[in-house]
Amino acid sequence: MSHEIVEKNVGLMAILIVIVISFGGLAEIVPLYFVKDTTEPVEGLKPYTALQLEGRDIYIREACNACHSQMIRPFRAETERYGHYSVAGEFVYDHPFLWGSKRTGPDLARVGGRYSDEWHVAHLMNPRDVVPESNMPAFHWLAEATLDGKDTAAKMKALRAVGVPYTDADIAGAADAVRGKTEMDALIAYLQNLGTAVSSR
Amino acid sequence: MTTLASYWVIALTLVNIFACYWLIKWTMKVREGESAVGEVTGHAWDGLQEYNNPLPRWWLWLFYGTIIFSLAYLVLYPGLGNFKGMLGWSSTGQYQDEVKTADAKYGPIFAKFAGTAIPELAKDKEAMEAGRRLFATYCTQCHGSDAGGTTHFPNLTDNDWLWGGTPEKIKETILMGRNGLMPPMGPVLGEQGVEEVAAYVMSLSGREVDPKLAEAGKEKFVSAGCVGCHGMDAKGNQALGAPNLTDTIWLHGSTASSIKKTITEGRKGKMPAHKDFLGEDKVHLLAAYVYSLSNK
Repeated sequence: MSHEIVEKNVGLMAILIVIVISFGGLAEIVPLYFVKDTTEPVEGLKPYTALQLEGRDIYIREACNACHSQMIRPFRAETERYGHYSVAGEFVYDHPFLWGSKRTGPDLARVGGRYSDEWHVAHLMNPRDVVPESNMPAFHWLAEATLDGKDTAAKMKALRAVGVPYTDADIAGAADAVRGKTEMDALIAYLQNLGTAVSSR
Repeated sequence: MTTLASYWVIALTLVNIFACYWLIKWTMKVREGESAVGEVTGHAWDGLQEYNNPLPRWWLWLFYGTIIFSLAYLVLYPGLGNFKGMLGWSSTGQYQDEVKTADAKYGPIFAKFAGTAIPELAKDKEAMEAGRRLFATYCTQCHGSDAGGTTHFPNLTDNDWLWGGTPEKIKETILMGRNGLMPPMGPVLGEQGVEEVAAYVMSLSGREVDPKLAEAGKEKFVSAGCVGCHGMDAKGNQALGAPNLTDTIWLHGSTASSIKKTITEGRKGKMPAHKDFLGEDKVHLLAAYVYSLSNK
């Protein structure tokens, strides 16, 4: 086969490019599906409760992940501030994970339990009430918006289809577990759970 | 990684590297009917012609260089499946080395501080510099960078303590955390009752209130059980984290409406435990720093 044939047939060239690029994925991505570190949850990791799951969706909707990463890197400077570095097994129930790499605000991978619920309420209502130097926007509307739980069960079913071990009872009770709760409650429930499966040191 | 996955990675990686070499060789091969090196190729675009020149040597050797680099890297560092590399490097190993170095450097300093009693440590200038930095990293989010607190989060620079201001109590608070609970009294007292108790509570710190309301509130303060935590004299109880109501320090707000809200809905005050997160030595130093703020 001459070089010329490849250069003059864009379809053939596209196919060959895909083959070449797929080598990277085959070597770097495919084995991860068979590695215990990445496929098995760390001990004590629980799937998100219905309320935490709704909170996670609010976290995504408000683009919290645009300014906050959820990935503590294995550097002392990071573990001193945030706790134990993140491990792959903590994220097996995250679809998709929210690691990120941009830190306008601090990393939140282990924010669970670091502050009280009341702190989170005060901070979300107006971050400058508790941290005067903060440039984070206020999210006060979350306290007024109420969840109806209409889609919670469907979300949990979809997650179960990709391997999150929700029971039938979890799914049946999902709507009732979130109905009437505010978006603020849900978001705080999610935040307070972040990173708690691994002890902080 | 399973053995199969490991071989899979090794095979694909090596095939890939070899394919790069093969591709360079393959494209350089002179084919039949091609013009000789240095001659024009016969391709013409709007009168422009192309010479059949080889790739500059330095460029070609850069390609070869990347191939050699990748092979050397894979021999020295982990990358080929389960092969750990000859240098024995790993990211966790690097992290642990970093921590070990730091522990060797800072460990003795913290150990020295940990062996000093808090009141003495609070007078040590070097220790307090370190304590201030620890405070800035771990405590300012709630208590503020001046440790002055804000609504719902106590001021640590005054002499008013919810859970006790002795060195031992401060350390205990940081280590184990605290859970303050003011139960909601709205259902017990009713709207009128809340008005009355609020009036009584405000009168305790010398504020002007309707004396009739305050009188009725005083009775309810006893009968509804407020005295159980705040005491008959309303001066609070540090064993329970119940605040003194006779001073002018108000954790959850001093306005009539916030006092009524506190009585009606209750309050929860939570100081998270830091024992596992910071470890005993750092907490000792932090406790000394907090102690120093109100014991100059």
